[in-house]
Amino acid sequence: MEKRVTFKGLWLPLLLVLPQIVITAVFFFYPAGQAIWQSLFIPDPFGLSMKYVGLGNFEYLLGNPYYRASFVTTAVFSILVTVVSMGIALYLAVLADRLIKGSGVYRTLLIWPYAVAPAVAGVLWLFMFNTRVGVVSWYLGLLGYDWNHVLNGEEAMGLVVVASAWGRISYNFLFFLAGLQAIPKSVIEAAAIDGARFWTRFRTIVFPLLSPTTFFLLVVNIVYAFFETFGVIHTITSGGPQQSTTILVYKVYADGFVGQDLGSSAAQSVILLVIVGLLTIVQFKFIERRVHY
Amino acid sequence: MELKHLLWGSATAVMVGAPVTAQTQVEFWHAFTGRLGELVAAQVETFNNSQSDYVVEATHKGNYSETLNAGIAAFRAGEQPDILMVFEVGTATMMAAKGAIKPVYEVMADSGADFDSDAYIGAVKGYYTTSEGEMLSLPFNSSTPVLWVNRDALSEAGIDPDTDMSTWEQVGEVLDQLKEAGSECPMTTAWQSWIHLENLSAYHDTPFATKANGFGGVDTELALNGDVQVAHIQAMGDWAKEGKFIYAGRRNEGGANFRSGDCALFTESSAGYAGIKAEAKFDFEVRPLPYWASAVDAPQNTIIGGASLWVMAGQSDEEYKGVAEFLNFLSSAEVQAQWHQDTGYLPITSAAADLTREQGFYEENPGTDVAVKQMTTNAPTENSKGLRLGSFDQIRGIIDEELEAVWSGDKDAKTALDSAKQRGDELLRRFEQANR
Repeated sequence: MEKRVTFKGLWLPLLLVLPQIVITAVFFFYPAGQAIWQSLFIPDPFGLSMKYVGLGNFEYLLGNPYYRASFVTTAVFSILVTVVSMGIALYLAVLADRLIKGSGVYRTLLIWPYAVAPAVAGVLWLFMFNTRVGVVSWYLGLLGYDWNHVLNGEEAMGLVVVASAWGRISYNFLFFLAGLQAIPKSVIEAAAIDGARFWTRFRTIVFPLLSPTTFFLLVVNIVYAFFETFGVIHTITSGGPQQSTTILVYKVYADGFVGQDLGSSAAQSVILLVIVGLLTIVQFKFIERRVHY
Repeated sequence: MELKHLLWGSATAVMVGAPVTAQTQVEFWHAFTGRLGELVAAQVETFNNSQSDYVVEATHKGNYSETLNAGIAAFRAGEQPDILMVFEVGTATMMAAKGAIKPVYEVMADSGADFDSDAYIGAVKGYYTTSEGEMLSLPFNSSTPVLWVNRDALSEAGIDPDTDMSTWEQVGEVLDQLKEAGSECPMTTAWQSWIHLENLSAYHDTPFATKANGFGGVDTELALNGDVQVAHIQAMGDWAKEGKFIYAGRRNEGGANFRSGDCALFTESSAGYAGIKAEAKFDFEVRPLPYWASAVDAPQNTIIGGASLWVMAGQSDEEYKGVAEFLNFLSSAEVQAQWHQDTGYLPITSAAADLTREQGFYEENPGTDVAVKQMTTNAPTENSKGLRLGSFDQIRGIIDEELEAVWSGDKDAKTALDSAKQRGDELLRRFEQANR
């Protein structure tokens, strides 16, 4: 039997959801509306004049091959960050789930990186891979590998992916572990009695039962990779070398706050908004069908 | 407690019947931290103690870009400071914002302050004045690129540390010798666009952009893909390929490599002096920036980098008087000479340079006048007065990207610079649209 509380009338329920609506309106609808409005103009930085250009900002952006290339960079970056952070988190969660003693210690230690701000995480990794004083690049040098993310685009991409994924592993780990612990032991034990080995059990029972968690994390991590990795890119590469780590959200910042080109910057945020909206719709429409609740 | 104090104070004032003239506050936003931040704080304190009408409140607002953004955001909210520090590449943005700023020459004239813009050395003043010679912002910290030499590294490689490196041809030979002797880092640089394109152009009296480097109007186009620039970048690219030029990053990352003694030669701002002097455990020397003997007989002058102080619009007359007094104080010979000697920034007035010379500073610290001479030997031409380009911070970003393509061997110099021109011109056209 389902228990459901029903409120009578219109005002009480409205009052109860009002805080949420106000927060969404103030922090989402209003700025998003502003961005859409501003994307139709070329304003001067000080707000002294605005020149209406219609869709001119969008034409300018989409006609620019470097902007279009940034879509590919963003896709590569987001997929890598999501796969790396979720893959490692799942692996660690499975290991921690099997521990009988001391799992609390591991859990606590694994959660720590989540408390580190992206920009600080960026500086941390930058130091380790610094081409001159970095510990890691020094060891790589001993192995005969000349690490130089300052000029090598692939290495730079690798570095920002690792730095962005690192703090995220903690977050994903928590959810995966909770998901794993919610799977009834009886199901797994039954499979074990039937002779299913660990890998078979994981593939046929654990992973499908974990799919709601995985789906949730997929959505959240892609949004993270799209928007919140700005600090890491800013501190490690500033989008370079050349444009190999210039992701869309970094370009929004660079054009808006370095170039003071607010029209183009607003148009880019609108494009980003549309992309992430579409991605989420696609995820809910197609991937969610494969999720077993 | 506070309130009680205040009430008591005003009550006394009323009782005594003496007029209480509140000190006028002047807000000053700057971008200096560390040693430079302390030096600015000291200047402000000296000014505040020297008179009782005005109080200058200096606030640090982050790096150059962040300070400019803070100023812009504050102006939009109607809460702008009186004085805003803006780096030289933001000059065109500030100039175009006619309703947001009050030109320094106007501030000075209105307040009746005794101010002579000709006291500033030409190459510094030129960057911040209109074509009619009106000074828009007050030059504050200005530096120019020079060649830093690790004399010990040269000796170790069997090279005479006094060897002539006036020209890039000679530098090329030294790089060959260093490489042969096994140097891991014969040369590195900071601020590649500023030094190896902007200053290179001025130094060889070649335009960096049309319309007198943008001084003639916002319909300017980049001209950085000329013969001199292409030849230089190609030479640098070849050195990079041969391991003679080590690229360390877009800003001044190379400084760490030089200060630790890894690199023998380093092209960097004259303002690198304070840091190098503090950290370098080797015998170092400042040399003039090299030029290409194949391109010119003698170099023109280099241009400046650094920041100037802009006065924001929309303040009271009383505050502007305070601003004028403070700016006048900052440009006095004593303050400027001290600043120059402490930081390695240029003495921006002739009087400050003379005073420094009289004090014997150049004799005690040989090489500190190299930058001054390099800037002042020749009167600036149209090509060496400075740059005035909109969206210039971003254009520098594009140039950085294209140069990285040359250093990594992905593009040759001509292709990269052509591409930089084309991409930069697009931004200049947008700036033109926004500021017509």
